[in-house]
Amino acid sequence: MSLKALLRLASLMTGALLMGPVSAQHEGHDHGHDHAIEAVAAAHDASEGQHEEAKTGFDAGALIMGHIGDEHGWHLWGHTSLPLPVILFDTERGLQVFSSSRFDHGHATYEGYALVDHRVAAVDANGNVDEAASANIWDISITKNVMSLFVSLGLLLIIFIGVAKAYTRRAGQAPTGLQNLLEPIILFVRDDVAKSAIGHKYERFMPYLLTAFFFIFLNNLMGLVPFFPGGANLTGNIAVTLVLALLTFIIVTVNGSKHYWHHIFAMPGVPGWVLGILTPVEILGMFLKPFVLMIRLFANITAGHIIALSFFSLIFVFGESSAGAGFGVAIGSWAFTVFMTCLELLVAFIQAYVFTFLSAMYIGAAVEEPHHH
Amino acid sequence: MLLASLVEPSFGLIFWMTLTFLTVLFLLAKFAWKPILNGLKEREASIADALNEAKRAREEIAAMNARHADLERGAREEREGLLKEARDIRDKEIALAKERAKAEADAMLARARADIQNEKKAAIVEMKNQLAELSIQVAEVILKEKLADRAAQQSLVDKVMTEAELRKS
Repeated sequence: MSLKALLRLASLMTGALLMGPVSAQHEGHDHGHDHAIEAVAAAHDASEGQHEEAKTGFDAGALIMGHIGDEHGWHLWGHTSLPLPVILFDTERGLQVFSSSRFDHGHATYEGYALVDHRVAAVDANGNVDEAASANIWDISITKNVMSLFVSLGLLLIIFIGVAKAYTRRAGQAPTGLQNLLEPIILFVRDDVAKSAIGHKYERFMPYLLTAFFFIFLNNLMGLVPFFPGGANLTGNIAVTLVLALLTFIIVTVNGSKHYWHHIFAMPGVPGWVLGILTPVEILGMFLKPFVLMIRLFANITAGHIIALSFFSLIFVFGESSAGAGFGVAIGSWAFTVFMTCLELLVAFIQAYVFTFLSAMYIGAAVEEPHHH
Repeated sequence: MLLASLVEPSFGLIFWMTLTFLTVLFLLAKFAWKPILNGLKEREASIADALNEAKRAREEIAAMNARHADLERGAREEREGLLKEARDIRDKEIALAKERAKAEADAMLARARADIQNEKKAAIVEMKNQLAELSIQVAEVILKEKLADRAAQQSLVDKVMTEAELRKS
């Protein structure tokens, strides 16, 4: 876990995956996601021989970015979107609440606000972005990801409070139904994650570890479902992984024993001049651990979405040149996407496990008592 | 701009994520994880208890069986001992009775033998007496016959006298 590896990962992410689509968007007149949809329609039209010169062709980058990013309103199919509430806290104009349908997919301006690159910005009467006024906007809208967050957390509450009832109602009896399905996973988190990584003090951290595990696992799975209410890339969103990693960091730091801090600031058995190098590294490591947690989950899930969408985009890219090529590629893309989805099912579990296990390891290191040598 | 939107966390999502995740964490901890983990722990404890109890019961039964076998063996030994003792007593009694009978028989035999001896002796004495009487009578008869003359009487006396003399010397 070196800083170098992290930087390389970050540059790979930004460079290889994103620069292509971004530069493509700068060339065309980008209207984000809608543009991609229209492009798909245009490609379709083109194959039927009705050329529309206004569009520059299928933009895979915009399609992919639209899917893995966030949006105001939830695109369902074609031109149909589920409008979601836009909530703005403007330090000058106060709280503003209105429906996302007012923006008309970024085409319209409402009350001096408009969508610019999927973000709410303040605009003047002529539709020009007012940077100074935009800086005053705190956007806490219920976006697609926030909605997905609510849905998944609601599901977690319903599922696990229901399962908990089964435990109190049928105390001491063999598990049945959903309880039977989830019990091995709960036991897995308890025995193979918490107990093995933390030791005998594991019980205090079980609620966080279980909640984090099932939250990540459920959202990874929901991200694989291509239609509403799935399809949001919640665990592949850096804000979500940031909050999760931050919670792990807070738990580790708050529960750090004397032994733990001693090891960070003055590693026992290390000569003084080495400490001058080691202590900054250890302090950096304290922050690096949760940072890597954040990046790992974000990158893994986002990469999975990008790959699946890329293979779908291939169909339309080839379809633009000829319908036959599009059909040909479609078969390969379909097969590969099925394979990738199977792989992603595995990744969904593995990433939930890895995040929880590493969190448990860090907590374990923090609460560890000194060994008697 | 989209690149920025991907790697730059948005304030709104951080806000909602923190708020709702912590709320759900709290709710699940209180209403889901606590009963679930307690239920699991209780069930595991009860299963472990049941297993221990079964093991203890099994051991108890084994101990009881061993005790039972011991008792049985003891009883068998005791019975055999009793039988042996009875046999011994019987044998001893029989031997004793035999001995006694033999002694009695011997005594009776001895008595009979003594009686016979006595009878024999008495019979011999009587026979001797009768024989003596008979011989005297015979002798009387003979003597009466022989000593009818004086010379015969004298020769006899001489003869007896001679013999007596010879015997004396």
